[in-house]
Amino acid sequence: MYGALWRVLPGPWWVRALILAAAAAVVLTACVLWVFPWVNDFITPQDVTVEGQ
Amino acid sequence: MVLVDGRVARRRAERRSRVTFVGVLGEVFITAGVLVLLFLGWQVWLNDIVVGGQQKNQAIEQSQTWSKGEASAPAPAVRPDPGPPIVMASAPADDVQFANLIIPRFGSDYTRPILEGVAVHGALADGIGHYPGTQMPGDVGNVALAGHRTGWGAPLGDIGNLMVGDSIYLETEDGWYKYIFRTFAYVMPTGVDVLAAVPQNPEAAPTDRILTLTSCNPKTTAAERIIAYSIFDTWYPRAGGPPPELAPEVAAAAAAG
Repeated sequence: MYGALWRVLPGPWWVRALILAAAAAVVLTACVLWVFPWVNDFITPQDVTVEGQ
Repeated sequence: MVLVDGRVARRRAERRSRVTFVGVLGEVFITAGVLVLLFLGWQVWLNDIVVGGQQKNQAIEQSQTWSKGEASAPAPAVRPDPGPPIVMASAPADDVQFANLIIPRFGSDYTRPILEGVAVHGALADGIGHYPGTQMPGDVGNVALAGHRTGWGAPLGDIGNLMVGDSIYLETEDGWYKYIFRTFAYVMPTGVDVLAAVPQNPEAAPTDRILTLTSCNPKTTAAERIIAYSIFDTWYPRAGGPPPELAPEVAAAAAAG
């Protein structure tokens, strides 16, 4: 998958590396801004209270 | 022979570059694993910093609203007895902020909003929660609060660092109520007696003013609860200025705001 992606990209190795780094930055930003907060809403927060059964 | 070698080499190259189902599956798994690790790092570290900062700003903003027009000079170290503390008549509606929790041990600028109720998607998501039915700050009995130790801003992330004698302040519209940390206790999640007006003694009539913080224990798990008991020391009416220990932070916040 990643090997195929590497071969599909044009240019010398450093251009491909730059493109991949930019893509990784975009994915990371999207995760932090939207995906992680969205996933977090589905996770039941840990109980910190004491309560009867 | 040269011809055969060339063919073998070409076949090897093809095998290496061929995208196989198992290969893609492995890469998908590795990617998923990296994303899960990133999420965990975000949840327990990066997001706590961001959300903790938001909670702190909310507390500072509320404090400034309360302080508007009041003296910002610190209360003198020696002062006349302020008398019995003013106590709020009743708790506000659920998830409404009515106080701030200030613990210098957690950092000189540590302040977090206290909201009514302990709903996980309500008060506890926005700061510290106040157990409904327990006393209000300064009252005889038990002010019981809960907060996250990891995640959701982790307002009580450092609860385990409290040391006997540490001051803990509850700030309300009326002023600052100073409590002194006394001891930890560890109970099971069903140990509701820590919330009693006299902790662990639900039948007794209260005479002391107690502050009880609850959070999860051990850190990052929810198997038990850590309980931090503090006892009322004194209070600082808002008109008399903030407690000397908090005065630099109050002045800095006023200058920034």
